[in-house]
Amino acid sequence: MNGWKKAGRGGKARLAGTFDPQEAAVLRGLVAEVRQMLAGRSAENPADELAVLTGMRTGPSTRPDDRVLARLLPDFSTDDPELSAGMRSLHEPELIEAKDEAAVLVLDTLPEAGGRVELTPEQADTWLAALNDVRLALGTALDVSEEMPEELPVDDPRAAHLGVYHWLTFVQDSLVMARMGIR
Amino acid sequence: METMAAPLPAPTRQVEQEFAEDSIADVPWQAIVWNDPVNLMSYVTYVLQKLFGYPEPKATALMLDVHHKGRAAVSSGDKDKIEGDVAKLHAAGLWATMQKA
Repeated sequence: MNGWKKAGRGGKARLAGTFDPQEAAVLRGLVAEVRQMLAGRSAENPADELAVLTGMRTGPSTRPDDRVLARLLPDFSTDDPELSAGMRSLHEPELIEAKDEAAVLVLDTLPEAGGRVELTPEQADTWLAALNDVRLALGTALDVSEEMPEELPVDDPRAAHLGVYHWLTFVQDSLVMARMGIR
Repeated sequence: METMAAPLPAPTRQVEQEFAEDSIADVPWQAIVWNDPVNLMSYVTYVLQKLFGYPEPKATALMLDVHHKGRAAVSSGDKDKIEGDVAKLHAAGLWATMQKA
């Protein structure tokens, strides 16, 4: 992956990037893991009969205990627990759905064996959201902070994962830059 | 006089009550974006441009506020609008909350 480049012009503008097989496997694996976490959260809260009939689902009103899930599905308020609870049960199902759809788009457009990926601007926006979710998940699990060094000491168990995190940062930042070049 | 005056308080109370409800509904809400160590400055700027149609200089200024001050109000309006804005910001992966202005 040497970054994303703009290909084509006007309505035919695309964003193109190439992944080698290992890069594709790493990204697909992380995306699948985020999907699985979100599916686990949904499974704790199955749609009831009324929700199936009306198509109006309500989600749980409490924040996930898991801190990665809590970062992916944030509270709506910092100081009003009642507002947070109400908003969460209203919006969490659709938020999980949007994140899952974004993850599926990455899996559908990134070949398992790697290779060239070409995205429409709309697909690139969805990819950006999915890449961000993967970085949020990994960054939270690794306790990434603004003071964190570029590399950790080799005996730090997080060292290898931090390399993946920085690579994802590059992939996302490069896609933002290329995407901003298309109006 | 007393009998004439007696019915008056009721409508007055009603008006006062309506006024009170109106002023609660009129309090604008804000969507707040919080600084976090994962989200990229470039991505936050892009999301603010895309979701709210802000020109790049405004989106960049708001992003820098988030980065340096820890938080910034990125949109304001009635409760329904801000609820929708926060939901969209969450879908983009930003750490956002809503509050009365």
